Amino acid sequence: MSALAKAGERWQALASAEATRLGASEAPVAGALRRSGLDAFAAQGLPSTRLEEWRYTNVAELAAIPWQPAEGRAPEISRDAVEALASPVFACGLLVFVNGRFVPELGALRSPEVEVISLGAARRASDPRALQRIGTLLDVKVHSFAALATACLDDGVCIRFPAGARLRQPLHLVFLSASADVAPVVAHPRVWIEAGRGSEAVVVQDHVSLGSAPAFTNSVTELHVGPGARLSHLLLQREGGAVFHVSNTAVQLERDAKLAAHVVTLGGRFVRNDLSVQLAGEGAEAVLNGLFLCAGTRLVDNHTFVDHAVPHGTSRQLYKGVLSGRSRGVFRGRVLVRPQAQKTDAKQSNPNLLLSDGAEIDGKPQLEIYADDVKCSHGSAIGRVDESALFYLRTRGVDEATARALLVRGFAAEVLAALPEPALAEALVDAFAERLGAP
Amino acid sequence: MNEAILEVEGLEASAGGKPILRGIDLVLRAGEVHALMGPNGSGKSTLAGALAGRPGVEITSGKLRYRGEDLLALAPEERARRGVFLAFQYPVEIPGVSNNYFLKSALNAVRQHRGEEPLDAMEFLSVVREKAALVEMPKDLLARSVNEGFSGGEKKRNEILQMLLLEPTLAVLDETDSGLDIDALRIVASGVNALRSAERAMLVITHYQRLLDHIVPDRVHVLAEGKIVHSGGKELALELEERGYAWLEKEPKQAEASAQ
Repeated sequence: MSALAKAGERWQALASAEATRLGASEAPVAGALRRSGLDAFAAQGLPSTRLEEWRYTNVAELAAIPWQPAEGRAPEISRDAVEALASPVFACGLLVFVNGRFVPELGALRSPEVEVISLGAARRASDPRALQRIGTLLDVKVHSFAALATACLDDGVCIRFPAGARLRQPLHLVFLSASADVAPVVAHPRVWIEAGRGSEAVVVQDHVSLGSAPAFTNSVTELHVGPGARLSHLLLQREGGAVFHVSNTAVQLERDAKLAAHVVTLGGRFVRNDLSVQLAGEGAEAVLNGLFLCAGTRLVDNHTFVDHAVPHGTSRQLYKGVLSGRSRGVFRGRVLVRPQAQKTDAKQSNPNLLLSDGAEIDGKPQLEIYADDVKCSHGSAIGRVDESALFYLRTRGVDEATARALLVRGFAAEVLAALPEPALAEALVDAFAERLGAP
Repeated sequence: MNEAILEVEGLEASAGGKPILRGIDLVLRAGEVHALMGPNGSGKSTLAGALAGRPGVEITSGKLRYRGEDLLALAPEERARRGVFLAFQYPVEIPGVSNNYFLKSALNAVRQHRGEEPLDAMEFLSVVREKAALVEMPKDLLARSVNEGFSGGEKKRNEILQMLLLEPTLAVLDETDSGLDIDALRIVASGVNALRSAERAMLVITHYQRLLDHIVPDRVHVLAEGKIVHSGGKELALELEERGYAWLEKEPKQAEASAQ
């Protein structure tokens, strides 16, 4: 049996044990969800590089680690510690999760119109309302890690923005990976967000880590954006160098809904993000805005899928990669325009900046167009620091190293400037520059 | 005699393996403004590049001294900090870096070298506003990315703004007048004239005489095929405007004789 298959079996055993432990008193719908996840995972196992979707991303290192649920291994965390890790502090509603578990007392919700339900609590209270729609936007049969997360369903959050609600402040969800000892812990945080008709909200899903023990975050996020609603979602990954993070984000946009999905990856040892957006209602608009930084020997893999299912949809994708050291990056962006999706306007762009000879990026934009009256374009480029700009800066007295850093910062700024919270954007430009120099 | 700011001695340089400069001799003293004219391809921009340390301009022979110091031993940023400034013919666009941030980084790098305290954001803002007014630069251009989406005239004004901020001892203007309308030309020229002083020297590279109506030079040099083939007073520029360059290029010796 291959190492991957063995690891797959280990995961199945772990998921079954979790199901037994958690399933004693809960809503039956939770057990059914978990079983569907386990079945789908058993059928797929962990993905091998023979799969086109995983061709450049080898999960062998992740598979070899004996991950355990964090149960009881979490250290005491204070509000100050959370704020320090998830800085800067900006005016927001705060929800904190430690190793995937919702910890209400560490957060503060400022907007009474937002409905927040802990999935763990809903499960235990046999309150199936929050669970009903979990998993409906994501096909676990083709997403092995999402299947695994569903098989291990424990906690997470269901957030509802009622129709017409306009949030004045962003909602900041902080997911903290922390282990009290050196045991490698895994968490499967689950987020469901329902943006009701005409609502407007900004959600920052911020992943941070504490300590240097290996941790694995296998997150699943589903966003349903109702008719005319506007949702801005930032997936921010700034964990430490021993963290593995696989994320699956699935979005469905109804008529005239607007989504801005930002994905900023600054940290982690191994990061794989799948973001899939379906434009299910006419006039929907999706902006996908990504920035990933790969340094040292890290790997960051971004897969996006934009599904234009109906006419008059607009999508804009900009994913920028910056790679140094001997790091590896992957961007694969697939845009599907279905036969009925006339008047689609889809653009995709993936410029990458290579800062060293040892770094490597595989960029693969893909357009599949089955309608004839559409405007679509895509492009992927790999470049180095612009020598003429470098010289220009130096003739103004700026030394070479500073000039290079300034140019890289400028490259990243285009993505960061579009973030919904200015204070955060500014802090991330600095964090970006800092991480760039880190091993 | 005033201090020699720039001394060029037998300078030969090539670009892309091709010899361009074939022995330039030139001295600029404090307080002087020299114009360097010549047809396209004569080597004007290569000389500007050699002075600023442009990669790709390879010095094969000769000397470059700035206030007695060997310029060739210095990196571009070290030259800039000592007071050498090149206004680019084609200013570079830098997406994502705000003009304000860029100007502040440049000014503080030069100030640090001079042993001055760096300016904080407020101090910088008041200085940059004052200088920007001199070149009639719209405020929004300071907040935008460096030169990105600027018109030709705005880019050149931005060059002059940088020059006014950095207050160089040697300013080299590489075809700063190219592509400018008459208003922009006047603004650029008044920026240059504002900086003119007894301590500074300027080398104004231009293809046309019209800039020299606004910036009156002390000396005019004509560069052809990598050599200074003729030098004269400010009236030489007018003569070139009238007669073109052909008479100098074809028969440099004779032309020299007739001019004397």
